[in-house]
Amino acid sequence: MNGNGKKHAISLYVANKPGVLIRVSLVFARRGYNIDSLVVSGAHDPAYSQMNIEATGDEKTLDQILKQLNKLVDVVHARDNTGEDVIAREFALIKVNCPPEVRSEVLQVAHAFDAETVDLSEDTITLQISGESHKIDSIHTVFSKYGVIEMVRSGKIIIARGTRSTS
Amino acid sequence: MPTTLRSGAEVLVDVLHQEGVEYIFGIPGGAAIPIYDALVDSPIKLILNRHEQGATHMADGYARSTGRPGVVVVTSGPGATNTITGILTAQMDSVPLVVITGQASTNVLGLDAFQEADVSGVSFSIVKHSYLIKRAEDIPRIVREAFHLSRTGRPGVVLIDVPKDISSRMIEPNFSEAFHLPGYIIPKEGDLDRIEEAAGLLAHARRPVLIVGHGAVISGAEKAVTYLAEKLQIPVMNTLLGKGCFPETHELSLGMPGMHGTAYANKALAACDLVLSIGSRWDDRITGKVSDFCKNAVKIHIDIDPSEINKIIQVDCAIIGDARYVVEAISAIAERGDTGEWLKQVAKWKRDYPLKYKKEGKLKVQHVIDTMYKLTGGDAIVVTDVGQHQMWAAQFFPVVKRYRWLSSGGAGTMGYGMPAALGAQFAHPDELVIAFVGDGGFQMTQSELATAVIHKLPVKIVIANNHYLGMVRQWQAMFFDNRLSGVELEGNPNFVKLAEAYGCKGFRIKRPADVRRILQAALDYSEGPCIIDVEVEKEDDVYPMIPAGATLDEMMLEPPKINMQGK
Ligand SMILES: Cc1ncc(C[n+]2csc(CCOP(=O)(O)OP(=O)(O)O)c2C)c(N)n1
Ligand SMILES: [Mg+2]
Repeated sequence: MNGNGKKHAISLYVANKPGVLIRVSLVFARRGYNIDSLVVSGAHDPAYSQMNIEATGDEKTLDQILKQLNKLVDVVHARDNTGEDVIAREFALIKVNCPPEVRSEVLQVAHAFDAETVDLSEDTITLQISGESHKIDSIHTVFSKYGVIEMVRSGKIIIARGTRSTS
Repeated sequence: MPTTLRSGAEVLVDVLHQEGVEYIFGIPGGAAIPIYDALVDSPIKLILNRHEQGATHMADGYARSTGRPGVVVVTSGPGATNTITGILTAQMDSVPLVVITGQASTNVLGLDAFQEADVSGVSFSIVKHSYLIKRAEDIPRIVREAFHLSRTGRPGVVLIDVPKDISSRMIEPNFSEAFHLPGYIIPKEGDLDRIEEAAGLLAHARRPVLIVGHGAVISGAEKAVTYLAEKLQIPVMNTLLGKGCFPETHELSLGMPGMHGTAYANKALAACDLVLSIGSRWDDRITGKVSDFCKNAVKIHIDIDPSEINKIIQVDCAIIGDARYVVEAISAIAERGDTGEWLKQVAKWKRDYPLKYKKEGKLKVQHVIDTMYKLTGGDAIVVTDVGQHQMWAAQFFPVVKRYRWLSSGGAGTMGYGMPAALGAQFAHPDELVIAFVGDGGFQMTQSELATAVIHKLPVKIVIANNHYLGMVRQWQAMFFDNRLSGVELEGNPNFVKLAEAYGCKGFRIKRPADVRRILQAALDYSEGPCIIDVEVEKEDDVYPMIPAGATLDEMMLEPPKINMQGK
């Protein structure tokens, strides 16, 4: 079911209650749709939460999933923002192999990507980066030359442009 | 201490009473004792069951025969997990149930406390919504929300998990706290543009059919559907659960289509140029092979649940709304199309391919059901279990009014029939309630016979005793070269003696010649429940039949001469 589809950026506005996350993720799981990333955070109004989910799959299944998400009593609304005019960002921490011989080179690359150094040890450097997901992908590619020890990504968060509110 | 303090359990029971609950079905246990204690002083009648599955089906029978939520109260752990089959059965068929489970105290939740089961976790995907109550003050709002959710929109099951410390806590209840359901929308009227589009499509159709399903029954769309069918002169078929929405005795009725539907309904479905589904969800038992289903017909779908639209069948026109309102709106503007030729054709199919069975030779289930229909004039609430007898009951017991046909469709739960019939009889003490059950399914919940006897419920329990898990045997015979595996019910009890052991009346029918007389005797018996053990032909098969996943044209009217293996 997966694999043959594209990535979708889904946003949900849900009641801030226990169990909501399980109900939401079960809708994906029942249709065999894999969740690539998921971010949950308190909304402006503390009675609600915002969820940003990235998932890969075909359109027809996604359409059914969105309807089933909207059917959940605790979901105020769920929508697919793919192809819409939204600002999407991701945040990541990346730990790169960085012995003294390559340190200045690594720092230069980091600078080019606007990465901020958050930790430095004898042989490693940890950087904080943010931007569109593909920027994070390319940072990973560039640093793999030196050896990426680990990278932790926040998952994509989305906000609508202009005066429109995000879902 | 102010005198207004009440325990969480008392408050819970107060709200149940305010919600109009007449009956509670269930079995107590440690975590539910506070609630059972509160029931002692309540006017709500408590029905003690013998198994929580039976309790849940009984509440389901109450709900399906009234349209009002059925209520179950059980204890934590095994008490709660025993309701799961009943919850699935009700949820799959959009039946309103409120299931209240006792739970271990909040301070030990998640620690494998005695009789703790994460019943919310177990049931998430088979309920409409669920609650775990963490503050006793929330009880009134949550219980009222639960009833609202269970009976409105597309009805379903709402589970409320009540930890023992919460039901024991003393609180000053606030019965007027507002609902908090921001994500819950109940569609009603339907989009006017789509309604006009549907009316236009109907007027242009030459060979239209209507399929009415459970949604139409739930919405109370009988009058609206009948008006539409008569005004536009369109034949009507009903799904298994749609029985009762449109009189099956009406000349425009084609009965049930699908796997074991009537030949004329299936022929009409295969030939139609427009199909309008009213509250039915294109179940695979009706569509057969989806890609070939009504290939050249315009498809219109009315449903209150947006997630049913384009789920199975891609439709040309979808109207999201309450069936009754939408059908009324369509019929107000729709003009009759030219359906004269079509009605002639359909009438011819009805004449040429009637449902039939042999009254001579070995005793047939169909004969018993048909005779019951004739003896009662159809004036009964009919409840079935699951299997061959269920399909024969659907075929040979026409239903003309809603709430008078109860059968597990979506889940196909064996063991549903008898307890559900008792639930219907509790709700309708003055009506005739007949349960048609199989020898297999009956034994799954037969312990509820005790409940029937204690309350002297005059239910007629007709056991189609073929000594087989008949429906499975039929599939093995047809599609697995008759290699019978796990279907012979050796060791069936003597059902008449079993009945007597419970203090229930037992009848037995063995010969076709006795059917009428003994059924009449059973109908005349009014002291309490009775079992009618019918020793039927062991190896009879249900026809017509469309094999699973086949097309409507592949319908078999009678046993094939060739071996069907590999189909
Ligand atoms: C709980 C449950 N288990 C298994 C099945 C699968 N099943 C469907 S019909 C059937 C046979 C039912 O036998 P019986 O109750 O004797 O009715 P008959 O078909 O003989 O009329 C079985 C086992 C089911 N539907 N439900
Ligand atoms: Mg049987």
